[in-house]
Amino acid sequence: MLTPDEKHEIDHEISILPHRKAAVIEALKIVQQHRGWVNDESVGAVADYLDMSPAEVDSVATFYNLIFRKPVGRHIILLCDSISCYVMGYQKLYAAIQDQLQIKFGGTTSDKKFTLLPNPCLGCCDRAPALMIDEDLYTDVTPDKLAEIFSKYS
Amino acid sequence: MERPLTEHIHPNRPALNLKEYEAVGGYAALKKVLKDSSPKQVQQAVQDSNLKGRGGAGFNTGMKWSFVPMDNAPRPKYIIANADEMEPGTFKDRLLLEGSPHQLIEGMIIAGYAIQADISYIFLRFAYKDAAKILRKSIQEAYDAGYLGKNIQGSGYSLEMYLHTGVGRYMCGEETALLNALEGKRATPRAKPPFPQVSGLFGKPTIVNNVETFCCVPHIIAKGAEWFKSISKSEDGGTKLYGVSGKVNKPGLWELPMGVTIRELIEEHAGGMKNGLKFKGALPGGASTDFLTEQHLDVKMDFKSVAAAGSRLGTGTMIVLDDATCPVGFVHNLQHFFAQESCGWCTPCREGLPWVEKVLLSLENGEGKKEDLDILHMHTKFLGPGNTFCALAPGAMEPLESALKYFADDFEKHIRDKKCPYHN
Repeated sequence: MLTPDEKHEIDHEISILPHRKAAVIEALKIVQQHRGWVNDESVGAVADYLDMSPAEVDSVATFYNLIFRKPVGRHIILLCDSISCYVMGYQKLYAAIQDQLQIKFGGTTSDKKFTLLPNPCLGCCDRAPALMIDEDLYTDVTPDKLAEIFSKYS
Repeated sequence: MERPLTEHIHPNRPALNLKEYEAVGGYAALKKVLKDSSPKQVQQAVQDSNLKGRGGAGFNTGMKWSFVPMDNAPRPKYIIANADEMEPGTFKDRLLLEGSPHQLIEGMIIAGYAIQADISYIFLRFAYKDAAKILRKSIQEAYDAGYLGKNIQGSGYSLEMYLHTGVGRYMCGEETALLNALEGKRATPRAKPPFPQVSGLFGKPTIVNNVETFCCVPHIIAKGAEWFKSISKSEDGGTKLYGVSGKVNKPGLWELPMGVTIRELIEEHAGGMKNGLKFKGALPGGASTDFLTEQHLDVKMDFKSVAAAGSRLGTGTMIVLDDATCPVGFVHNLQHFFAQESCGWCTPCREGLPWVEKVLLSLENGEGKKEDLDILHMHTKFLGPGNTFCALAPGAMEPLESALKYFADDFEKHIRDKKCPYHN
């Protein structure tokens, strides 16, 4: 079941689109915003609300890498692993993160604080290597800065 | 030297709000157009300026608009800004989005008027959080001032504008995949024809242009097509946002006359290579462009000159390869990206790219065989133009094919020595 708040937000999206199905990505984003991730039940609820089959909704949900179909931590770390960050040494950052947080790409810390994901290009290649935590962008990151960055999140 | 797009962008000051933008001449071009010009006249002015699309394909923008049906056209018509900037190594639209949102909005409204669009979207990538905030605020300001909505400035022309923020996937930057994403579908490419100009978003006539392209439009209208051509050093009109990343002294982004040379970009603007490193090559316009090398340093960075040198201007943001970075590892990183971002819609791309990635990884790990090079060469043909649904796989093959050509010694040394000469 979708909550009244979720329905209200999805209704706004439907109102500016030619048909209900077109709102599915927005609906998934809204559900994820409220619930942290999109579980099977949420897929079913979105499907019911938009007159779609759960399979149709899931085919969209699983296509986009930032719709999470598995539980994630309270904060998402996106580490850029694409070309400019490769040249500038993101590999050292990855090694340091694995060491400090004991997680690899795709992993969540045991205290459920952080989930680490690779991310292709954060669009700040002149300040590489870069990573993002939730809405915060960090550039020219070196391994020795990581502990301080992580300490900002609870 | 004129810098029309970035003149009012300063790194340590927030973007101009609507009033400040108007005070430096903003929205004057839109008012002029609504008062004095027919939609066809706007299309012609942009066509005459020789503005070519800044997203990478380099098609004449005014000509693209001229394909939209005007009389008795299906409605609503759409105008869309592609702000998905996900080409690795590309960071130019971020500056325009965060630094001058009203310039983009004005350009979109003028373009919307030129094709008589009813609805506009800005398709923004998820990572640009600051841009999303400032665009939301700026769109609202434009509505409040009567530049958006019904009967704009009393002209009788109406346009709605919405911001759509993405949820990842490189494919969304491909014009027709972007339309599918906006329709709430998987971002797979569509067959062309029909082209979006005729049948685009929800089957209606649609124009998709890059952010930088739209930002040029108000200046062309305000100062004329001849002026736009005169500020370029090449036959392509205008200025260009050029970027350099990699191991140079001052990586960055600069608005310069279209057609400066690669040497000028690297040596004068990016401050040359970092101490002790030599320039080995560069991808001139993002991850999906062919390598150029030392012999190409005096090539002008415009669409025709870069193409004549065997590559593409692409987005104009260059990634530099230095002589201490392994070219095989570099290309492996690119192919890992392309394999991961393939949407899986067509077989050569879905199956071929992971194979290429694995072969390159085995070479990099010192497990490569001589025949592997034949497999890589074969893929550059199988995944090349004409064999796939969209430009993703052919784009992926551009850096691979050129690396095999220019850095053949490095590939062979990995096989001969059974290790990466750069990492040990």
